[in-house]
Amino acid sequence: MSAILPPSERLWWKQPIDKVEWAWIAIAFVWGMVMFAMMIYWHIYGKQNLSNEAYRTTPEMFAAKAEKFVAENTIRTEKGLNGEDIPVVKVPAGGAGYLIARLWAWYPILELEEGQTYRIHLSSLDYNHGFSLQPVNINIQVIPGYEHVVKMTPTKKGTYAIVCNEYCGIGHHSMLGRIYVK
Amino acid sequence: MATTYRTCPVSGLQFEDQAEKLMRWNAVAGVLALLAGGITALLVILTRWPAIKLLPADQFYLILTAHGIDMLILWIIFFEMAVLYFASSTLLRCRLAAPKVAWAAFWLMVVGSIMTNVAIFQGESSVMFTSYVPMQAAPHFYLGIILFAVGALIGCGIFFATLVIAKREKTYSGSIPLVTFGALTAAIIATFTILAGAGILLPTFLWSVGIIKEIDAQLYRMVWWGLGHSSQQINVSAHVAIWYLIAAVVFGAKPLSEKVSRFAFLLYILFLQLASAHHLLSDPGMSAEWKVLNTSYFMYFAVMASMIHGFTVPGAIEAAQRRKGYTNGLFEWLRKAPWGNPVFSGMFISLVSFGFLGGISGVVLGTEQINMLMHNTFYVPGHFHTTVVTGTTLAFMAVTYLLVPVLFKREMILPKLCQIQPYLFGISMSILGLVMMGAGTLGVSRRHWDMAFSGAPFQYEWPGAAYLMMGLTGIFGLIAVIGGGLWILLVVGSLLFGKKLDGGKVSDKPTPLPANTQAASAVSHGHDHVPVPGTVVLALLLFVCFVLYYFVNWKYLSEVWLLS
Repeated sequence: MSAILPPSERLWWKQPIDKVEWAWIAIAFVWGMVMFAMMIYWHIYGKQNLSNEAYRTTPEMFAAKAEKFVAENTIRTEKGLNGEDIPVVKVPAGGAGYLIARLWAWYPILELEEGQTYRIHLSSLDYNHGFSLQPVNINIQVIPGYEHVVKMTPTKKGTYAIVCNEYCGIGHHSMLGRIYVK
Repeated sequence: MATTYRTCPVSGLQFEDQAEKLMRWNAVAGVLALLAGGITALLVILTRWPAIKLLPADQFYLILTAHGIDMLILWIIFFEMAVLYFASSTLLRCRLAAPKVAWAAFWLMVVGSIMTNVAIFQGESSVMFTSYVPMQAAPHFYLGIILFAVGALIGCGIFFATLVIAKREKTYSGSIPLVTFGALTAAIIATFTILAGAGILLPTFLWSVGIIKEIDAQLYRMVWWGLGHSSQQINVSAHVAIWYLIAAVVFGAKPLSEKVSRFAFLLYILFLQLASAHHLLSDPGMSAEWKVLNTSYFMYFAVMASMIHGFTVPGAIEAAQRRKGYTNGLFEWLRKAPWGNPVFSGMFISLVSFGFLGGISGVVLGTEQINMLMHNTFYVPGHFHTTVVTGTTLAFMAVTYLLVPVLFKREMILPKLCQIQPYLFGISMSILGLVMMGAGTLGVSRRHWDMAFSGAPFQYEWPGAAYLMMGLTGIFGLIAVIGGGLWILLVVGSLLFGKKLDGGKVSDKPTPLPANTQAASAVSHGHDHVPVPGTVVLALLLFVCFVLYYFVNWKYLSEVWLLS
């Protein structure tokens, strides 16, 4: 009679299923298929899909590439609130930019143009970090040893913050970066 | 080994001596872990409440690590061990397999719990519940979790062996009860999960003592989440089993269809293992195809299973109530339910909150592209506080109101407070989950000490609404801690000071189910079909909310920067 006793019908698997239950199972099944199809649909027609382009790297290799990029494309430096000089690097329109995540900074400041598409290379030199672009609210995991190439196209001018949203130790809360979109 | 059997005069349940003691000890260990988890919860809330910001950063991360381990692993799994022993030995009226080994498993879990907590509070292991490499904790942090997991794995083995004994000694006839089937699901998932955990934590332990040089950070995340997420699916199976249990005990409810409910549990076993992917959707290392297939639990079959339980559990209650004559309108069966009985109210709030908040938010969060809007934001803990807390923990709390008289032979003290507790805890925790998700939708990070970014080279000001949400998180979090603390007080108080109840007849042989029980007499009920229109309306309401919220998030996604 109840769920804490063996089924009263020994051949419970031969009992018919009620129509209403069938209907609900059908709704759940169809809805699952819709949600499954939606992800595939978005890969074909949607404009926000996370890139799958990633390469193995090492902190040394990635840092060297990023430093070369900074050296070639820096347009000015800015003073941070703690008095440090931070290069502002203009990413060539349609070109590649590098962003280093490390304890506890995003380096350098990137300058982008609205409507241009960029290949932004992301990697960490130490622990896991989280690229959280605000107030747009795009969140991407940044993992040491992996160079993730994310194609992004800013849609609005402004000053954006990169919050680190993967816990990375005692200075985690001070790990804030910046992107300008002109 | 000689043992005795006690038949509880209130419930008619039969407890084998060793199994009963193990259930009690595991439950008590769980409550102690919940106490530690609750105190740390309070400190976490008071620190994330922007107006208070109680702890300094280092202590905050230490306490947050302890909160995760004590709640998500220790409290839940200790309690689940008690559930497994109950669903096997008690429901099948059979002796427990190898009680000495079961005790060894229990003490292994205790030693592991203490070891990991010591490591955390020594301060060198503030690596969070997830302990992502290459951030390193002290070796005994990992070793403690490994010992605990080995103990839990042995406990699952005892459960399986007890099922075999019951079958061989013919203590029941036909198939195992649905609740035992649900527990079996949980134990099978637990076995997979713990093996995945061993697969990553053993090498990580060796790495922490210097034997292994390096562990790939992406590989760690993938295998670790085979432990981290799948272990939450143990909870889902366990608390769904408890929903059925409570529906059966409080209402005498019979599953609408044994076939459908068991099939839904089977879908859990087949597909819940893929959940590791939910945490890797915004990672670099996996292909889109892998993400899509895995995050959907292979085309949402496990979600379908949860939707089925979400229908059949209230449906079973409605059918039972209508049989008793509560047939007016759509909802008389629900209005006339025993809302003053904390066993029922806790279970029903758990069902609703898990379905509407935890379930829907989980599927949306686990959608490949939408995940980018929420990954690692406060939305994530918001989601799992409405699954593992209002879902699992509240269901466990509710069933405890049943178990204290039956298992511990004590009457609950302060019945008025017992009545209030599930509402206080369930509602405040549900609102807490909602405002956390609200803050996450606005971008606020999880595991973050300072919304004002003190010491950062730049300034960033969160929207005012985000501060409002975090303030509300503080207020409702505080109420939820009071609600949880009240439960601990009521339970511990009842165990110490509750009126002693008659334990019932003790015999040295198990008594099989008498032939004239409801089980035997219910045959004629089998085809007596009762329509459940109220449940249909509730299920459709859930479905409409689900569809709307799902597509609203695609709309949000379409408004952010273009990514490809």
